[in-house]
Amino acid sequence: MSELTDLYQEVVLDHGKRPRNFGPLEGATHHAEGLNPLCGDHFTVHAKMDGGVVREARFEGSGCAISKASASVMTGVVKGKTAAEIDALFEKFHKLVTEGPGSLPGAPEELGKLAVFGGVHEYPTRVKCASLAWHALRAALAGAQEPVSTEAEGE
Amino acid sequence: MSTSVSSQRRIHAADPAGRFDPERARADFPILRQKVRGKPLVYLDNAATAQKPREVIDAMTRYYEEYNANVHRGVHLLSERATKAHDDARRAVARFIRAADPHEVVFVRGTTEAVNLVAQTFGRQRVGPGDEVLITGLEHHSNIVPWQMLCAEKGAKLQVVPVSDAGDLDLDALERLLGPRTRLLAVAQVSNALGVVNPIRQITSLAHARGVPVLVDGAQGIPHLGFDVGASGADFYAFSGHKMYGPMGIGVLWGRKQLLEEMPPWQGGGDMILSVTFEKTIYNAVPHKFEAGTPAVAEAIGLAAAIAYLERQGIEAVAAHERDVLAYAVEQLRAIPDVRLVGTPAERAGVVSFLVGDVHPHDVGTVLDGQGVAIRAGHHCAQPLMKRLGITATARASVALYNTREDVDALVRAVHAVREVFA
Repeated sequence: MSELTDLYQEVVLDHGKRPRNFGPLEGATHHAEGLNPLCGDHFTVHAKMDGGVVREARFEGSGCAISKASASVMTGVVKGKTAAEIDALFEKFHKLVTEGPGSLPGAPEELGKLAVFGGVHEYPTRVKCASLAWHALRAALAGAQEPVSTEAEGE
Repeated sequence: MSTSVSSQRRIHAADPAGRFDPERARADFPILRQKVRGKPLVYLDNAATAQKPREVIDAMTRYYEEYNANVHRGVHLLSERATKAHDDARRAVARFIRAADPHEVVFVRGTTEAVNLVAQTFGRQRVGPGDEVLITGLEHHSNIVPWQMLCAEKGAKLQVVPVSDAGDLDLDALERLLGPRTRLLAVAQVSNALGVVNPIRQITSLAHARGVPVLVDGAQGIPHLGFDVGASGADFYAFSGHKMYGPMGIGVLWGRKQLLEEMPPWQGGGDMILSVTFEKTIYNAVPHKFEAGTPAVAEAIGLAAAIAYLERQGIEAVAAHERDVLAYAVEQLRAIPDVRLVGTPAERAGVVSFLVGDVHPHDVGTVLDGQGVAIRAGHHCAQPLMKRLGITATARASVALYNTREDVDALVRAVHAVREVFA
């Protein structure tokens, strides 16, 4: 069960069950839909940009525990960050979920709360679940008109 | 000599009554001997693909080691052997589905290609503006999208037979939907998502009463029930090799000879022609008319080996064993608090789909995998059916001849682990 408990850490289960920042966002300036065609997971991410930074982010939709927890944690950690900072953070997050914590020396501090997804890399099929909300948020900030799909990201 | 005596004795000792013995069959599948994530592998994802017995693997290896050559064109011995093996494979398929003539057996890559072939040849020839193609709410995307594409191209209408909450087809509606403009009915023998067995004979007689030909998607049916193309009344029958213990990359389209002969060819190339000039090409006879290019020879040989294997086990005996395991799975899963079965059809084969509380099926699949239990989680390429049932996905356990009640017990233990993780 050890790999499983790495994946489904208490924090992940908690965010999956009681997602934070869940629901519509009044005054949102950016929106995008994220789809995982393999499992039908479907999220909409809303963001309110002001002065070049994300003031608030929320999400709606349905998905598995991993995708929901990832969206929940993400919408918290991106507050106060610019689009470029979010891209840089996603790069680290993506490395974490594909290659594991060992690939990011000194990572715990940089990743903060995102470190709870360190078990995902043992389950390559779940990387898309963990990345879905991030793809949607980055597409929203880039002004995407079409829903983004995990399949288009080529991972 | 001594080897054959001892192996005979072993068979008799293991199986005194000559009945199907799942434990002995299990030993024929090398892949099942492994552990995954530290646990003995319990493979219950057979509706996605079945594992291969040693003799299928050996038959393909022998072809590559001993007589690999192109077919239908060499004047040398290896090509003669390869051509004969390829022809024998076609005969084996014809025998297995009780086709009157091996020339009615077209080799394709799989069920998907078979359906597309019919849509692109028969469909393009027979379906026009205002016509209708009738499918059902149970279909896999591969028996929806090719017809949708055809209808879009021709300005025709796609009609869908509704499904009850239990997962059974509404046959009254089916009868009503068979109209004067219906050009084809396409229906699954067995639903891949729910395991519903459709009453094919009844459906084909309803359709034929209105002069509508029927394509049966046998991908999920043939490994569990076999198929008798004559008795079924089907006009086309499509299936894949890899779900019936054969290799991937080979499948079959069977069609009534007259229909196949009337259909235009599909892809152009070698093997499908009799003569070519720049002015005019004369097409080969069926089935070669539909088999452009070098065929998948090793795969056809592997499929024939899989058929021989299934015939030796006895499809009725396999079906009876699988029915027992599946009924046990239904009963055991149903007894678990907060497990909900999705689809409770009148007749079931191969598959049981379920939900565990409000845990997403993807998470169910991952926890089961951690226990060595391989299942499928998702929409099973049947999104319209999921939508009809008001869900986005299910966890699906699917059995094959080598599964046992012990495998079901392992599944049930793993489902309890899901409930603990997400308590």
